[in-house]
Amino acid sequence: MIEVSLGHYLILSAIVFVIGVIGIFLNRKNIIVLLMSVELMLIAVNINLVAFSVYLQDIVGQVFTMFVLTVAAGEAAIGLAILVVFFRNKGSIHVDDINTLKG
Amino acid sequence: MLAHSIVFYLFSFIVIVSSLAVISSKNTVHAVFFLILDFVSVSCLFIMMGAEYLGMLTLIVYVGAVAVLFLFVVMMLNVNFKSLKGGFLKYLPFGSLIAIVLLIELVIMIGTWKYKDNFIQTSKILINKNLSNTEAIGNVIYTDYIQYFQLSGMILLVAMIGAILLTFRRKENLKRQDITKQVSRERNEGVSLEDVPSFKGVNLND
Amino acid sequence: MAYLIVFLPLIGFLISGAFGRKIGDLGSQIITSSLVGISAIISGYYLFLFVSGADPQNFKIFTWISSGNLNLNWSIYIDSLTAVMLVVVTSVSTLVHVYSIGYMSHDPDKPRFMSYLSLFTFAMLMLITSDNFLQLFFGWEGVGLASYLLIGFWFKKPSANAAAIKAFIVNRVGDFGLAIGIFLIFKYLGTLNFNEVFSSTKILADQKIHLLGFEGSLITFICVFLFIGAMGKSAQLFLHTWLPDAMEGPTPVSALIHAATMVTAGVFLVVRCSPLYELSSTAQNLVVIIGSTTAFFAATIGLVQNDIKRVIAYSTCSQLGYMFFAAGVGAYHVAIFHLFTHAFFKALLFLCAGSVIHSLHEEQDIRNMGGIYKKIPYTYAFMVIGTLAITGFPFLSGFYSKDAILESAFFSNNAFAIYATTLGVVTALLTSFYSWRLIFKTFHGTYRNKNYSFEKVHESPIVILGPLSILTVGALFAGYLFKDVLIGHHFNEFWKSAIFFKEQFELHHPPLWFLLFTPVSGILIIFLTYYLYIKNDEKILNNIIDQHKPLYNFLLNKWYFDELYEFLFVKPFKRIGNFLWNYGDIKLIDGFGPNGFAKVVKYISDRAVIFQSGYLYHYAFVILIGLTVLLTYMIIN
Repeated sequence: MIEVSLGHYLILSAIVFVIGVIGIFLNRKNIIVLLMSVELMLIAVNINLVAFSVYLQDIVGQVFTMFVLTVAAGEAAIGLAILVVFFRNKGSIHVDDINTLKG
Repeated sequence: MLAHSIVFYLFSFIVIVSSLAVISSKNTVHAVFFLILDFVSVSCLFIMMGAEYLGMLTLIVYVGAVAVLFLFVVMMLNVNFKSLKGGFLKYLPFGSLIAIVLLIELVIMIGTWKYKDNFIQTSKILINKNLSNTEAIGNVIYTDYIQYFQLSGMILLVAMIGAILLTFRRKENLKRQDITKQVSRERNEGVSLEDVPSFKGVNLND
Repeated sequence: MAYLIVFLPLIGFLISGAFGRKIGDLGSQIITSSLVGISAIISGYYLFLFVSGADPQNFKIFTWISSGNLNLNWSIYIDSLTAVMLVVVTSVSTLVHVYSIGYMSHDPDKPRFMSYLSLFTFAMLMLITSDNFLQLFFGWEGVGLASYLLIGFWFKKPSANAAAIKAFIVNRVGDFGLAIGIFLIFKYLGTLNFNEVFSSTKILADQKIHLLGFEGSLITFICVFLFIGAMGKSAQLFLHTWLPDAMEGPTPVSALIHAATMVTAGVFLVVRCSPLYELSSTAQNLVVIIGSTTAFFAATIGLVQNDIKRVIAYSTCSQLGYMFFAAGVGAYHVAIFHLFTHAFFKALLFLCAGSVIHSLHEEQDIRNMGGIYKKIPYTYAFMVIGTLAITGFPFLSGFYSKDAILESAFFSNNAFAIYATTLGVVTALLTSFYSWRLIFKTFHGTYRNKNYSFEKVHESPIVILGPLSILTVGALFAGYLFKDVLIGHHFNEFWKSAIFFKEQFELHHPPLWFLLFTPVSGILIIFLTYYLYIKNDEKILNNIIDQHKPLYNFLLNKWYFDELYEFLFVKPFKRIGNFLWNYGDIKLIDGFGPNGFAKVVKYISDRAVIFQSGYLYHYAFVILIGLTVLLTYMIIN
């Protein structure tokens, strides 16, 4: 327990991931929290990748982390852009008001 | 190794607490701040693990760009302080049950995973202990993984274009110039001959 | 060249039916009439060939069915029987086509009419020239269809539509019997070609079968069922109800179909199957009974009818009865001879009636006619000649054929010969009576029409009178010219194998009183009816009618057959049909089928739509649940 091994990092990553997942469907406030939960999930994945990279002494994991980073940034930007446009049209970003997919 | 463990436990504790706070915070701005704290802690973890380049990168990109973007949007949309609606509490037991089940399963997977004997030797490109993290990554990105690098660049380009395209808004009552239209004007659009009778005006509504 | 006979009318039907609008009324009339006319000329040539002693010929068109044991061809089989029928059908058809040019001149739908006439001719020719039962059945159904189309030609009249449906349905009942007969033939004989069926009958003469609990000789069953088909098509006693209503169609239709051609298809069938009928005396007895009873029955009704076309329709029914009982006693050639002469004078009578109707501006009730013989002399003359022919005036056509029938019946050793002969003689008297009644009420006496003034009555145009004159020639001379060939001493040389006689048919010479009885009584009746209807102005008759009102009503209402059938069959079937429609179809089949499915699908989809709440987090939640389940499953395994 004292000796921190790969497993600890993986469990940490799992916890943060699950918290992110909870955040997606348990939030009732607004969409921004949803987007932040997605970022949480991505950072959890990053932790996972880097941990493996360090313990396997393989640089590929870190390279892949960079790409995940890139994608996360891009996705955050687009997501927020969509949110802004949605807000312009609907006037509200409360989660319960977004039900036009209904039916 | 004790220092290693202490630092690990400290930072991971901060990570977990702040991520819980992100999703349960009443004020959205507070949530964004907790997200920033989360990112900073993760960055520290990275640096401690030996991937300092990635740690710095995380700090710059995530905190400096993504979180700031979040803040911008929060401020712009003027998100109101809204109390938790009853639906949260209704779904909380079942939702957290599912999440905890997922967590337990992930832990089980990690716990029961049998490490292979030649675990270490499956690496492709070994980390050279003499190189810094930056150099090690740089050695690989521009040579073996050049395509993925370019691709990620393109992804960023597309994201940028997409964001601009989505949110760009022309003002309705603003007059703009359309050079093409101006240059391709024909005579019959620009000039019209009117026969003006004396002592009467001419109506030029166009 | 034989192909032309059958296919020229088909071409006429197609051209006039498809391009009637383009080639105009006159074009379609001329094309159809001339095509059928060419058919008539070729048929005459073939008859001439057979009169000079030619052999039967079979022209194959193409193989229709060749599957297992069943080999059938579409072919044109011409022997002496066919040749006679061909001449009858094509010549009457041509004359009716020409007549329709004049009669239907005020009708807007002339091309359609001409095309239907040609279609009918084609179907009838297919029926006559078939060499197997299936092609005959095709022609049988085809003429039924054409009859339906033509009776209901003025489809805007509801009575015409009802009459057309009635004709088709009653025919259908007969067709059902015919179909069963054909099935029996195929099951037990394995083939449907005429030559094979007729040559294998000797093998099966004594075979007995069980059918619906009845045991009987196979041949008898086959003949009885075939005869049921003939009863339907030729309007014999129990399946006769459609014939008077069929007068809703235009008069040329009545002349063509219900006088000369379609109704004779039944007689043709019985004669064609003479090898079968000769082997079954039961079937022959049935034919004789039905035929003679029909003859009598129809004549009694014809006595009191007031519509000019209905009188002639019942007269047709009666004469067909004659033909049938002639066939029943074994004198098939006499039946065909009577068919031949009857075609001419019955078509003549119908077309003259049409001319009268045309002259009186669509008046059909003879109580509203009278005294017009000077105004329409030609029609009057032709009609009188036709009536003389039908009543058996000496030396006209009907004389030879009718007398031949009565003689054959008198001398045959059929069990019911006496019954048939007696009825035949009585019917001959009744025929004479009602035919002359018709003439006198229509043309003599005082003019009784209130709607149309006497001065306006005019003779019909030459397009109408022309065919009438040709038919008159036929009515006058056809009997005399053809009697030697068809029923004379050397009739076997003409018929050869077309008709089969079990025993050699002997021509007896009847006693003198018998020979003289019919013509003399026929002439006496002329004077009797003249007196009763014109001189006495029906006073005696009205007295008799008043004293026997129930009998009069019984006859006037066609022996209440229509009411009986309505009660026995029509109402129950309508009720059953209604019940099946409402409960069976709508509730059961639609309920479990389309509507039921639709309801269930809607119900399920209403339940399933709840999943589509529109909230993204619901969807994400479901994804998560799925993922968890998958993970659990993988871990457990």
